[in-house]
Amino acid sequence: MPLPLGRRTHASVLHLDLDAFFASVEQRDKPSLRGKPVIVGGTAGRGVVATASYEARVYGVRSAMSTREARARCPHAAYLRGRFDAYREASGIVMRLLREVSPLVEPLSLDEAFVDLAAADDPLLPDLETETVRAFAQVLRDRVHEATGGLTASVGLATSKFVAKVASDLDKPDGLRVVPPGTEQELLRPMAVTVIPGVGPATAERLRRAGVRTVADLEGLGLDELVSQVGKAHGAVLHSLARARDERPVVAERETKSVSAEGTYETDIVDVGLMAGLLARQAGGVAERLRSAGLSGRTITIKVRLADFTTVNRSATLPAPVDDGATVARVAKALLTELATTADLGGGVRLLGVGVSGLADWVQEDLFSMLEPDPQGPDAQPAPVVPAGLGETVEVTTDDGHPADPTADPTADSTADPVTAPTGSEADPLDEPLARFADQWPAGADVEHDEHGRGWVWGSGRGVVTVRFETASTPPGPVRSFKADDPALHPWRRSPAAEPPAAEPAAGPAAPGGSPDGR
Amino acid sequence: MKFRVERDVLADAVAWAARSLPVRPSVPVLAGLLIQAGDEGLVLSTFDYETSARATLAAEVTDDGTVLVSGRLLADITRSLPNKPVEMTLEGSRVSLVCGSARFTLQTLPVEDYPTLPQMPTATGTARSDAFAHAVAQAVTAAGRDDMLPVLTGVRIEIDGSTISLLATDRFRLSQGELEWSPNTPDESLAALIPAKVLADTAKSLTAGSDVTIALAASGQGDGIIGFEGAANGGTRRTTTRLLDGEFPKVRSLFPNEHLTIAKIEKAALIESVKRVSLVAERNTAVQLAFSDGVLTLDAGSGDEAQASESIEADIDGGDIVTGFNPQFLLDGLGAIDQSTVQLAFTQASKPVVMSGVVPEGDDDPGFRYLLMPRRLLS
Repeated sequence: MPLPLGRRTHASVLHLDLDAFFASVEQRDKPSLRGKPVIVGGTAGRGVVATASYEARVYGVRSAMSTREARARCPHAAYLRGRFDAYREASGIVMRLLREVSPLVEPLSLDEAFVDLAAADDPLLPDLETETVRAFAQVLRDRVHEATGGLTASVGLATSKFVAKVASDLDKPDGLRVVPPGTEQELLRPMAVTVIPGVGPATAERLRRAGVRTVADLEGLGLDELVSQVGKAHGAVLHSLARARDERPVVAERETKSVSAEGTYETDIVDVGLMAGLLARQAGGVAERLRSAGLSGRTITIKVRLADFTTVNRSATLPAPVDDGATVARVAKALLTELATTADLGGGVRLLGVGVSGLADWVQEDLFSMLEPDPQGPDAQPAPVVPAGLGETVEVTTDDGHPADPTADPTADSTADPVTAPTGSEADPLDEPLARFADQWPAGADVEHDEHGRGWVWGSGRGVVTVRFETASTPPGPVRSFKADDPALHPWRRSPAAEPPAAEPAAGPAAPGGSPDGR
Repeated sequence: MKFRVERDVLADAVAWAARSLPVRPSVPVLAGLLIQAGDEGLVLSTFDYETSARATLAAEVTDDGTVLVSGRLLADITRSLPNKPVEMTLEGSRVSLVCGSARFTLQTLPVEDYPTLPQMPTATGTARSDAFAHAVAQAVTAAGRDDMLPVLTGVRIEIDGSTISLLATDRFRLSQGELEWSPNTPDESLAALIPAKVLADTAKSLTAGSDVTIALAASGQGDGIIGFEGAANGGTRRTTTRLLDGEFPKVRSLFPNEHLTIAKIEKAALIESVKRVSLVAERNTAVQLAFSDGVLTLDAGSGDEAQASESIEADIDGGDIVTGFNPQFLLDGLGAIDQSTVQLAFTQASKPVVMSGVVPEGDDDPGFRYLLMPRRLLS
């Protein structure tokens, strides 16, 4: 069959996927957890698994499973709240490596990207023959492993994005698969139709009724028949993909469409004042992310999930884009007030979120800023720290509306045993009621003790924090317990400007240890 | 209560008074429209504790009396009546309304629960109704709509003898207009902050007669209300509204003292051009203005987004300058200017532009100025 115009003749599209990304970063930084089941996600009753390490997957734990079910299947795993700063940092290292290879790098999320090797300028790539790209991909995987301090990546190479992505999954984890040009259909035909992006449960069910289970079955369906089953646009796409025809280019730097933050809460929140406080805090985090990305936005949306699981969104579009937390917070609170008049928030709220969309690269300056230095100005904001204990993650959603990090979507939630108002320096004295929900010592969080050095929270509750003193560059370390208000114990934050952590892999085998989180 | 009235006169007065009905009345009687029938004809009133409306109209009153009926319903009914005399009669707790062969029965609301309307302060002076409406319409262009910043949802009027200045700002742009009027006391000096929306609606609705009377109590008197009265079809219209509290910012000092670049441009061409280039990027884009060599180049959109560019002729005096604005704010200002040629006066790219009309030789400068803060590019 002659190749259609524009179709690539070499396996020049590379798809790289970091293996069990969040869990792997945790195992890297917590030597005592290496080789053990680790589950990152919400650690309390309503939490959802974001990532499970391969050791945990053996027990049937999967992403997006409820933490409750995960605990039933794998009670001895370490259950950790996410450390998104650490994940972003590791992701940044990998994306930089890829960009050194080719200017055409299309990140899909924190742990996944396409690279167009046809645009690469690397002495190791004199041509794009199958064996050349295979050898190059192996070098790239080694570079990732070294630069990230031990993370592994699975890589797929093919003539299209679709097949490259399918290929990277074939030998996961730590795998490499090149699909030689011309063999794509051979590879796809026996696979279930759900391997095709866009074939979700609904489409799969419709196709099943038409007798289609595999890609080969789908290939046997004419375009007309396919269109009558799933609609015109979708049908045309499936018709092409079933024949491994995918000429979509690798597009560098996908445009960010919105920036948002949300948190779910262990206890339903009934106090509208507290909801407003939480939204304001999220707004601060969102605005900080906007500013660090050089973005502003005009539409502000709040998301509220009621106790009965109904989710309500309310949004307002401003006359001009903004990037300051005070304005985002003010609009979010006004939307909440408005919502409170029509929806029954008194029954409790389990999730709150703030998002900014309608992104732009400018802000409307304020006439009054010329009159006097404005104490409410964005620069004078109190640092909008989103305490990890509030169970909020700030995520950037991209172009196609998918979260930049899909696994980050089920956000961590607050702890089952909220510590009484923390007195540590990180607590916000202005926000007393928030403290009840703000577990200052979430499981897995990085801490530093004046005497014992750096470590991570192994478990907390009833006014006691247990810390394991170890880092990526130490052998497994000892466990010690402190009072939650021990003045020598501080949350440890990586400074945003900090260079990647020491990349040397920690020495020594993982020492046996109890299950963190103590449940 | 029993009266007979011309359909058009009644419909006009009811529609006017019903404008002030609260959308979500805090107490049910506020949804009512009060009808008082007496020797002078009819008085129709609405009130929401902030704004009151009072219309008088001529009618043949057979029996005096006062009733309170649903204002919204009465407005809907009178608007759709045939053009025949209307007769309204109180029958027990109901009001019957008969017009030709159409017949309605309305429930009444308890008159005794209805609040007393505020007194109109003593008249301060009069202005030509069309000039007043025009000056108000120009001023409200820049008024804020954000209820969280209540002071900026008002128009500040400053009365200094025979001149009224009107100022409004939403922090991003500022309008300043002037209006000549006839004060009752020649050296009158007063200032007030009036809710912009009420002021705009009121001024627009009082243009049937030639003049409008403005009644503003001196500071500290009259419970902080302002009244407006004008003539209308078959009677008078009177509105009072509560003034806004709070101090309006000292905005006059925001106007720059000097201008380094002054550009004169044909207004219609500029409006068309701004509208065209700002079509790109889902209306989130700013429009960049570059003035150089007798040409104004407009650009919008950036990077991977759609982009647009257009050049128009400009009479430029001073150095080249490149700046940018929220296109809607720019269009609002251009739309508020009467003259066919506009002048944009700049100091620096990061400082506000002063927009005004170029007044033909020999004409008086109406004095309208629109000050607009530019955009700041991020990163």
